[in-house]
Amino acid sequence: MKRNLFVVSLSLIAVFLIFSGSPAFSADAKLLRMATTTSTDDTGLLDYLKPYFVKETGIDIQWIATGTGKALKLGENCDADVLLVHAPDAEKKFVADGFGLDRNVVMYNDFVLIGPASDPAGGKGKGVKECLSAISGKNIKFVSRGDKSGTHQAEQILWKTSGLPVPDKEPWYAQAGQGMLTTIQIAAEQNGYTLTDRGTYIKYEYTMKGNPPLKILVEGDDLLKNIYSVIVVNPAKCPNVKSDLAKAFSDWMSRPSTQNLITGFKLSGKQLFFIYSK
Amino acid sequence: MDFIIDGLLQAIQLLLHGDGETYSAVSATLRVSTYSMAASLLLGIPLGFLLGHNDFLWKKHVRTIVDTLMSLPTVLVGLLVYAFLTSRGPLGEYGLLFTLEGIAIGQAILALPIVIALTAAAVESMDEKLRVTLVSLGASRRQVLYSTLWEARYGILAASMNAFGRVLTEVGIAMMVGGNIKWHTRTITTAIALETNKGEFATGVALGIVLMAIAFIVNFSFSFLRNRS
Repeated sequence: MKRNLFVVSLSLIAVFLIFSGSPAFSADAKLLRMATTTSTDDTGLLDYLKPYFVKETGIDIQWIATGTGKALKLGENCDADVLLVHAPDAEKKFVADGFGLDRNVVMYNDFVLIGPASDPAGGKGKGVKECLSAISGKNIKFVSRGDKSGTHQAEQILWKTSGLPVPDKEPWYAQAGQGMLTTIQIAAEQNGYTLTDRGTYIKYEYTMKGNPPLKILVEGDDLLKNIYSVIVVNPAKCPNVKSDLAKAFSDWMSRPSTQNLITGFKLSGKQLFFIYSK
Repeated sequence: MDFIIDGLLQAIQLLLHGDGETYSAVSATLRVSTYSMAASLLLGIPLGFLLGHNDFLWKKHVRTIVDTLMSLPTVLVGLLVYAFLTSRGPLGEYGLLFTLEGIAIGQAILALPIVIALTAAAVESMDEKLRVTLVSLGASRRQVLYSTLWEARYGILAASMNAFGRVLTEVGIAMMVGGNIKWHTRTITTAIALETNKGEFATGVALGIVLMAIAFIVNFSFSFLRNRS
């Protein structure tokens, strides 16, 4: 037993030494850290862009994919150098409060209202206002992100601009508090409606092998534009952030060649993100 | 239901074909659990021994507190550790946020109460009879101490395995403190959470099976050692 214990402790120490000898990556000067929203990561856009960015600028990039709300919070706490987010009102407040610089609109996709093929609200082909009014009027199940993400904020604005109270405790209104794909899955299980960005919906359609239970019912309404911006975290508030690298990323995203890459990004033959012409 | 069977097949494929992302997550998981287990055992065994072996005034209350801490929710630990490690936090200057070392700190906090409480329980459960026997045989205080520790070894082993199980499977700390960064701080559990969010249920199941395989190998080696002795 004594010999065995000796062997075990020796191998534990060996394992520990091997691992602790590995380089720590936090100290890397050419490493840019980004906080972003789930849709840019879930759809695979960032994985697709990263090798081009690394090759063209020599900067390495890592990202934390979370809701826009938490991404902005990470920027506020100086835990990210740059943000790629999609909640214009919250972003403008973030910049106005001095936490961010150079809000740079880089692309957009659009939101769509999806629901069961039977369409109990009768919203198909109509505008956002008609569809949301029917949902709240007829108490039809609606699943919300409920997590302060960009999509959740956009949804709240849609209720308001449709002249409806923003639902909260209504029994037909469910707040998932989870990512976009999970929220779509909850809506599908409950035969309900939800608001999603088109990119995530295409991804969902793709994982459901082209035949999802929820279909796009309302699209193309001007209210449904989903705008993504890059924001550099303000070095005046956060002396430790690498604002030069962040600025380089922001500029790179606006380059014509990068914008071509973005429009060329397709999932099952469908374009996910579009160029925003100012 | 199909995705469970798909997941099984995919798990075999991931392991046999040497999928880079899976191995990166496996390595991250092994590294953080090694760090956190080393720290929690080094601190926890002596503390647990002291708690179980000695009598002092507030002993019962201390035991209750340690037992309660065994139920620490991982997300809360993640949030508290984040508060310390963020650039604006008291330990921000060390740059530990979004690193494996940062996750290990949180997991060590998670494991520590388990090691302490179960070690103390193991030592306590054998203390009396053994002490009386040893003292009647003329053992010194120090000899009593060593023999108790030695006789409690299986209890301590059980404490370690229990703590290891919690550390290996937690996701709240790894997500909050590690940030689930691909190739760096993505562990098996955060990868499972991500794949589930992406709707890739089969991949999630596959990674779960990989995690269980690791747990099995570790438990099997320890029980092998235990049976041989």
